[in-house]
Amino acid sequence: MKTGKSRILFLFGALILLLVFAFPLWSITLYAPQYPDGITMYIWVNKISGSTESVIQNINILNHYIGMKYIEPDTIPELRYFPYVVIGMTVAGIVIAIVNNKWGYLGWAVVLVILGALGIYDFYLWTYDYGHNLDPTAPIKIPGMVYQPPIFGQKMLLNFDARSYPHWGSFFLGLSVLTGIAAFVLKTKNR
Amino acid sequence: MKFQAHSNLYLIVAAFFALSCGNEQQSENGGALMGSNAAQKVYVQPGEHDEFYAFFSGGFSGQISAYGLPSGRLLKVIPVFSQDAEKGYGYNEETKPMLQTSFGFVPWDDAHHPELSQTDGVPDGRWIFINGNNTPRIARIDLKTFETAEIIEIPNSGGNHSSPFITANSEYVVAGTRFSVPIPNEDLPIDSYKENFKGSLSFISVEEESGDMEVAFQVLVPGYDYDLAHAGKGKSHGWVFFTTYNVEKAHTLKEINASQRDKDFIAAVNWKKAEEYLAQGKAKDMPASYFNNSYSDRTHMATSEERSGVKVLIPEECPGMVYFLPTPKSPHGVDVDPTGEYIVGNGKLSSDMSVHSFTKMMQAVDNEDYDTIISGIPVLNYESVLDGIVPQPGLGPLHTEFDGKEEIAYTTFFISSEIVKWKLDNKEILDRVPCYYSVGHLMIPGGDSQEPFGKYMVALNKITKDRYLPTGPELAHSAQLYDISGDKMELLLDFPTIGEPHYAQAIPADLVKPQSVRTFKLEENEHPHATKKESEARVTRDGNEVHIYMTSIRSHFAPDNIEGIRVGDQVYFHLTNLEQDWDVPHGLSVMGANNAELLVMPGQTETLLWEPKKAGVFPFYCTDFCSALHQEMQGYVRVSAANQDVALKWRLGEEEGS
Repeated sequence: MKTGKSRILFLFGALILLLVFAFPLWSITLYAPQYPDGITMYIWVNKISGSTESVIQNINILNHYIGMKYIEPDTIPELRYFPYVVIGMTVAGIVIAIVNNKWGYLGWAVVLVILGALGIYDFYLWTYDYGHNLDPTAPIKIPGMVYQPPIFGQKMLLNFDARSYPHWGSFFLGLSVLTGIAAFVLKTKNR
Repeated sequence: MKFQAHSNLYLIVAAFFALSCGNEQQSENGGALMGSNAAQKVYVQPGEHDEFYAFFSGGFSGQISAYGLPSGRLLKVIPVFSQDAEKGYGYNEETKPMLQTSFGFVPWDDAHHPELSQTDGVPDGRWIFINGNNTPRIARIDLKTFETAEIIEIPNSGGNHSSPFITANSEYVVAGTRFSVPIPNEDLPIDSYKENFKGSLSFISVEEESGDMEVAFQVLVPGYDYDLAHAGKGKSHGWVFFTTYNVEKAHTLKEINASQRDKDFIAAVNWKKAEEYLAQGKAKDMPASYFNNSYSDRTHMATSEERSGVKVLIPEECPGMVYFLPTPKSPHGVDVDPTGEYIVGNGKLSSDMSVHSFTKMMQAVDNEDYDTIISGIPVLNYESVLDGIVPQPGLGPLHTEFDGKEEIAYTTFFISSEIVKWKLDNKEILDRVPCYYSVGHLMIPGGDSQEPFGKYMVALNKITKDRYLPTGPELAHSAQLYDISGDKMELLLDFPTIGEPHYAQAIPADLVKPQSVRTFKLEENEHPHATKKESEARVTRDGNEVHIYMTSIRSHFAPDNIEGIRVGDQVYFHLTNLEQDWDVPHGLSVMGANNAELLVMPGQTETLLWEPKKAGVFPFYCTDFCSALHQEMQGYVRVSAANQDVALKWRLGEEEGS
């Protein structure tokens, strides 16, 4: 059962990918004098949630002063089809594990990296859109000011100190990639 | 140069005198505290929280004020018995029913004694009760919201002063009549007092889960003045003790005529026995009419219900239910130590203080060691029930509390204006501190419970005089905070209060803070006139009744232009605050409204009744500075003459409705 190890490892990687349904991929926390505890928005593969039930409403209320579009999870198509992509990758992973092909392992991991990168780029496009396409009738208009939150790190947006970092979901996604590669390496060595 | 040196010297000398005079004056006023770290002990750093919540009765303000201790910072004034224009309490349609009584709408009372709910004899942080003395009532305040949740009127009562002292598991809060009256009340000559006037001791049950109050039964007692009370605890659980004065049964010039007898009584009521008699059907049904008003956090409305009839127990028919303990002399407070053994009678006109023993009382009861029997109530022999006296501790003892340390008691003395610390077992005096001035109640966190939290003591004073910057003839009542953790009581802080606090209670913040509500959930709002979405905002007319279903969210009302209102209309602004964020209330005020503003918490609905008197266009606006565009949070109502037929319509920006 020498080859079993890499197969089990690969299968494990394909399955922990499903943990992106249990944990958010990313978090954006806003601190301001009026929000000493901060308000946190969590971005999941299939939804947007917050540190309290009403976070999206509360962020939208704040954003309307600068003319930012309302964040309405129902209008973000990615939240509808990303879950299928994840499930598809897990299913593909299981099939590859059955076939037990080392190039399949590597290929799967590479596809996952590409998908992850596309996801982050997509996230960037959304934040760019929210931050730049502002309502011209907004009560607060500051020439030259854009409100795109950072993808990674910290940035001041008027009175808000915005901090954006990957969350556990991204960690598990990364772990899936690494186990895929590890399975490939293990299988290659065992030959 | 020489001149300058001289003048410097003068300055130094002058400063020295100023400092030394200042010190002298300070120590006279109890402020010197040389070498003490009083300032540090009360200093709560900006942004930090106090260790205790303290709830001070408002006395003639009718409210409760919540303070933080040890800082003495005011946290909130909770409207209870008095209308509060600031919060719209008693002005908006939702809370008006809270102040309904059998006398109609009574928008004020005199609130004396806050009493925290208890579990196993220890304050549990669920509710705080307080009595209304003038139009006899008891209120229950929910400590999740710091709002008055219920008010019950006490029938067959006059002057609800010995109230609402609570039993160890919040089974009952009590209500004894300070002013005896004809029961049931009827038109009788006042000088028939001795024959016709009676007292009543009411036991108000508190439902375990909901806290709902109900008049369970009343004990009919002789026409004395029932002044204060405390429930037994530990070994004396099952009893409640009430002080009496005016056993002379005077009805005029009471200051002289009610102060003649050497001894008045402490009435000991065995409520477990009373429950037995009640179960046996010994109670008489007496006609009575009284109100029970409750506020719901789901509907955000109060409802007022009239109740009728009470169960009355007569001591003559219920032997073993009530006993009198002779106590010198017009005793004010009756305070039971944490073990339940010592019953301290603070005989306010007596030079000594009597301490009864519960054990001895029970022996006297068993031995039928009676001096006499009054209206079926055995008067126990004074010597038999007395544990001992505290000889000449001070002048005018009023109230005693305990800090949970072995056998230690603290008693206030009104006339000599001081608090005395003494030993319960040997009655030895350990320490005394002056109060500024004429202290009434004192308060130690948990100080009337089975397990006092101790550490601090507050003196609630009746006279202020020169303590603060003068404010004309009327002065705020003063309170002093003392550190009682050591052998000697140490004055830490002096702070003004609201109304006239009589009693106060305090509880560790950790027992209240975690359950404090931040917002009401909009989806759970069951108010019949709630508007949960801006798109549902509208105006309807039914005859001359107009209902405006309005919403508020930063930073606008919906709708904010309303036309088609006529003079003579009754206009109801039902404002729902759509916010779901902490500390974002919105206010609503309408020009010329004859009541007050609304102050609506997130997720809540409140209603302002406006009866426009003249035609014109009238602004309304948000009164609570809610946001950066708060000043823009405003609107207009157009009012037309009564005979004008202007169509009803409303608007918010591009959105119009009619």
